[in-house]
Amino acid sequence: MASLDDLKKRIASVKSTQKITKAMKMVAAAKLRRAQESAERGRPYSEKMNNIILNLSNGISDKENAPKLLSGTGENKVHLCVVMTSDRGLCGGFNSNIIKKAKSYFSKILNEGKQLKIITVGSKGNDQLKRVYGDKIIENISFKESKNANYFDADKVGRIIIEKFEAGEFDICTIFYNQFKNVITQLPQAQQIIPLNNEEDQNNSDESYEFEPDEDEILSNLLPKNISTQIFKAMLENSASEQGSRMSAMDNATRNAGEMVDKLTIEYNRSRQAAITKELIEIISGAESL
Amino acid sequence: MSEEFKIEIVNPEKSFLVKEDVIEVVVPAFEGEMGILKDHISIISFLKPGIIKVFSKSGDENYYVEDGIIEFKNNNLSILTSTIISVADLDKSKQGDLLKKAEAEASKSEISDQAKYLADQKVEVLRSIN
Repeated sequence: MASLDDLKKRIASVKSTQKITKAMKMVAAAKLRRAQESAERGRPYSEKMNNIILNLSNGISDKENAPKLLSGTGENKVHLCVVMTSDRGLCGGFNSNIIKKAKSYFSKILNEGKQLKIITVGSKGNDQLKRVYGDKIIENISFKESKNANYFDADKVGRIIIEKFEAGEFDICTIFYNQFKNVITQLPQAQQIIPLNNEEDQNNSDESYEFEPDEDEILSNLLPKNISTQIFKAMLENSASEQGSRMSAMDNATRNAGEMVDKLTIEYNRSRQAAITKELIEIISGAESL
Repeated sequence: MSEEFKIEIVNPEKSFLVKEDVIEVVVPAFEGEMGILKDHISIISFLKPGIIKVFSKSGDENYYVEDGIIEFKNNNLSILTSTIISVADLDKSKQGDLLKKAEAEASKSEISDQAKYLADQKVEVLRSIN
């Protein structure tokens, strides 16, 4: 059994860890509220953008000449995966969930004999992926300096992707992020952004639109914007998820620390009692022998 | 019969403005200014840098935008833009900053004609605001 002094030190250290995790939980909770709010406020924009593009692509007359961002290159050889993670750790399974999802997708692609390229956004994803897929990572983007997800950063990522697409570096682009459902549940998502996958909700609105200028021009201007918008949406969802995940992880940690302190305290009291009893026995048996 | 329709302006961060009692909106569409009244035909168009004028029962408002897309359908006008500032909030220093940025952009030599045109537009519009 550990000595009384050791136990005392141990209890003190667990208690101070508990203080830290508690503080982190509070901070995460405050940030979560803000992140959640901005994720919710950002939704109308991306939804409207999607709607407009849907209406446009329904109305487009000849599908053959549709912009490549919409219809794809017609090939399916090189996949670009954008894995979006956080820059900070201590947020439970947040990063691992995305990585797990991404890795299973990677091995599927590689098994099919296709080429894989990876862009990581956020340093944690890069750290986890570079061991196995280090040679596949073509770029690592990190926004450590910017406090909140902002559109400017998303646009930067979007531009990089479009530049690479126009240079013919890949055929299909998928982004990986965590969708925020609630504080305990975040769903890792894989969303294909190039070519745009709209097939699941083809609402046949017979509404005819007037276009100014014509459809093609609008589409070719709108699609790059849509990419940035989708990335921005992913960033917002991600930051809300990150804080939510951190909050519940820290909540668990705080509770575990509490349990540990309780257990250690009982042990401490027992050994103190044992020491006292031992001393008493010694005194009594000493007195008896006189 | 009422002459009003609904407008919604959204930017990536949030829903910027929602109004139900709009009578007319003038937008700087790519091919010239365009006024939209109730029961306008469904339309999708682009914006160039300029001023959006919103005339409504509860007062008129002007907004400076740098880009955007508009969609009008079933008497719902949606404007999506990444940069929007209310002209009322646009004080001299902010205006000066934007103007400087736009001028720097316009004076770059290696940009495309379209980018140049847009930058020139920005400069022009910003100068005209007082």
